[in-house]
Amino acid sequence: MSDLNKLTLADARDNLRDKEITSVELTEACLSAVDRAKALNAFVHDTPDLALEQAKAADARLAEGDAPSMCGLPIGIKDLFCTKGVASQAASAILKGFKPEYESTVSQNLRDAGAVMLGKLNMDEFAMGSSNETSVYGDVVNPWKVDDRNLTPGGSSGGSASAVAADLCLAATGTDTGGSIRQPAAFTGIVGIKPTYGRCSRWGIVAFASSLDQAGPMTKTVRDAAIMLEAMCSHDPKDSTSVDMAVPNFEAALEGDIKGKTIGIPKEYRMDGMPDEIEALWSQGTEMLKDAGAKVVDISLPHTKYALPAYYVIAPAEASSNLARYDGVRYGHRAKLSQGDGITEMYEKTRAEGFGPEVQRRIMIGTYVLSAGFYDAYYNRARKVRTLIKKDFEDVFAQGVDAILTPATPSAAFALGEMKDADPVQMYLNDVFTVTVNLAGLPGISVPAGLDKQGLPLGLQLIGKPFEEGELLQFAHTLERAAGFVAKPEKWW
Amino acid sequence: MSIDITTAAKVAKLARIKVEDDALPSLAEEFNAILGFIEQLEEVDVDGVEPMTSVTPQRLKRREDVVTDGDQQEKVLSNAPDAREGFFAVPKVVE
Repeated sequence: MSDLNKLTLADARDNLRDKEITSVELTEACLSAVDRAKALNAFVHDTPDLALEQAKAADARLAEGDAPSMCGLPIGIKDLFCTKGVASQAASAILKGFKPEYESTVSQNLRDAGAVMLGKLNMDEFAMGSSNETSVYGDVVNPWKVDDRNLTPGGSSGGSASAVAADLCLAATGTDTGGSIRQPAAFTGIVGIKPTYGRCSRWGIVAFASSLDQAGPMTKTVRDAAIMLEAMCSHDPKDSTSVDMAVPNFEAALEGDIKGKTIGIPKEYRMDGMPDEIEALWSQGTEMLKDAGAKVVDISLPHTKYALPAYYVIAPAEASSNLARYDGVRYGHRAKLSQGDGITEMYEKTRAEGFGPEVQRRIMIGTYVLSAGFYDAYYNRARKVRTLIKKDFEDVFAQGVDAILTPATPSAAFALGEMKDADPVQMYLNDVFTVTVNLAGLPGISVPAGLDKQGLPLGLQLIGKPFEEGELLQFAHTLERAAGFVAKPEKWW
Repeated sequence: MSIDITTAAKVAKLARIKVEDDALPSLAEEFNAILGFIEQLEEVDVDGVEPMTSVTPQRLKRREDVVTDGDQQEKVLSNAPDAREGFFAVPKVVE
């Protein structure tokens, strides 16, 4: 069998269990694809020796008939996850050389499920960015291309998106604080799900905004997302916000039927200046779900407009607090000091050298909104608006809506460098459709649904009820089948 | 609300990030663009609304107040830029 790296998780799993292929063959195919794809800059710390060792162990388990759900399946891990003995830098200079002595709960869960780690994936620094241009490792390139420009894979999980879309790995982990799984998934024609807040343990994932951060899988299909999400989720006493709830069999949930269920179409997501193609795709998606037997209703989420401004208070505020730990004392970079420099100079120089401009900007905005005199006007007001945003969703779910359909992004992938001179707020607008979901703690999934006129992928987002990822995946599976998206980027790298 | 150069310098100091004087005007300008965007929140009627503390309804769990981890000095220090004799080393803080 050729091109094993192009398999889905589900097909590779079945082939492994049927002894048609081995995990070592599969892993070697991926490692060779990774080696040939340096131009994408997706993988930044390769772990081929570890991968082959894990693949051999997986083959032994498969031979014994003791194969857990992800046994022998090669995946990539976002650099935000701490992986024992393997560089984990959150794509930041301030964590240069950091090799954790421990493994994040999510990556440990994946190891326990038998997955093989090919290496660490590029991302925006500290997951702050929407284009993967803030990484200390340099920009990630989208495998999709329509002319001689290099396009962004989106961000912050841009390395994960690019790697999965280019078949360097079968799937990858991502994290999503304001859209960082769903936006890059949409830009690269793959599937990405952010589960309900509390489903995945945050322990061992470098923190950005703790009340918003969630890990999730980025995969080639909805079925793969179901398989991998189930392996990632668990109750974890080491994360006090991790929920003590059984993890359902998400793959089994795909078999259900959406007949008679209700889909809401929020009028506030029809934005001024939205490209016609996105509007058209959204209507087509609505028709597809209707054809599958869903009832479609118009709904209103009146505070949508205020989600992004609330996010840009809450996320930087939490970041300024979380990132206070990078002080040059316990790990990572410490600046060279001059004669007479004390500890304050050490902090200030270390942080100025170690953090990139976007991270510095967000830390300082966070510091400002939390400072005496502004705390109520900004931070508390934003948290009140967050309560209202969550209530908007609760109200429509109480009216009988089962899931909500929206566009995933306001545009297709743009060129790297294109937003260089724009003010930071222009970049923030990328997350306009995804950020509400983080503020409300809900599960959201991006499903590739079509190509624009240029031939670039576009995604639709489905938003589900809290802890109803199974039902959400069922809707996504229905949409995926109806949309029949099979396009792949033409290989140029 | 508009941020001037003095305020930008104060925020940088509070955040413990060294910003050179010549970089302050553009920093202040960026802050103003972001804060201008954030100020839309003033349009929202938030009277009587509780600020969100937890997005999921659950209460934070409690656990026994016992030691669950420790005795890992070497591992704790293994990534330190400067560790000596079992401690993190920093510039002199007390005269």
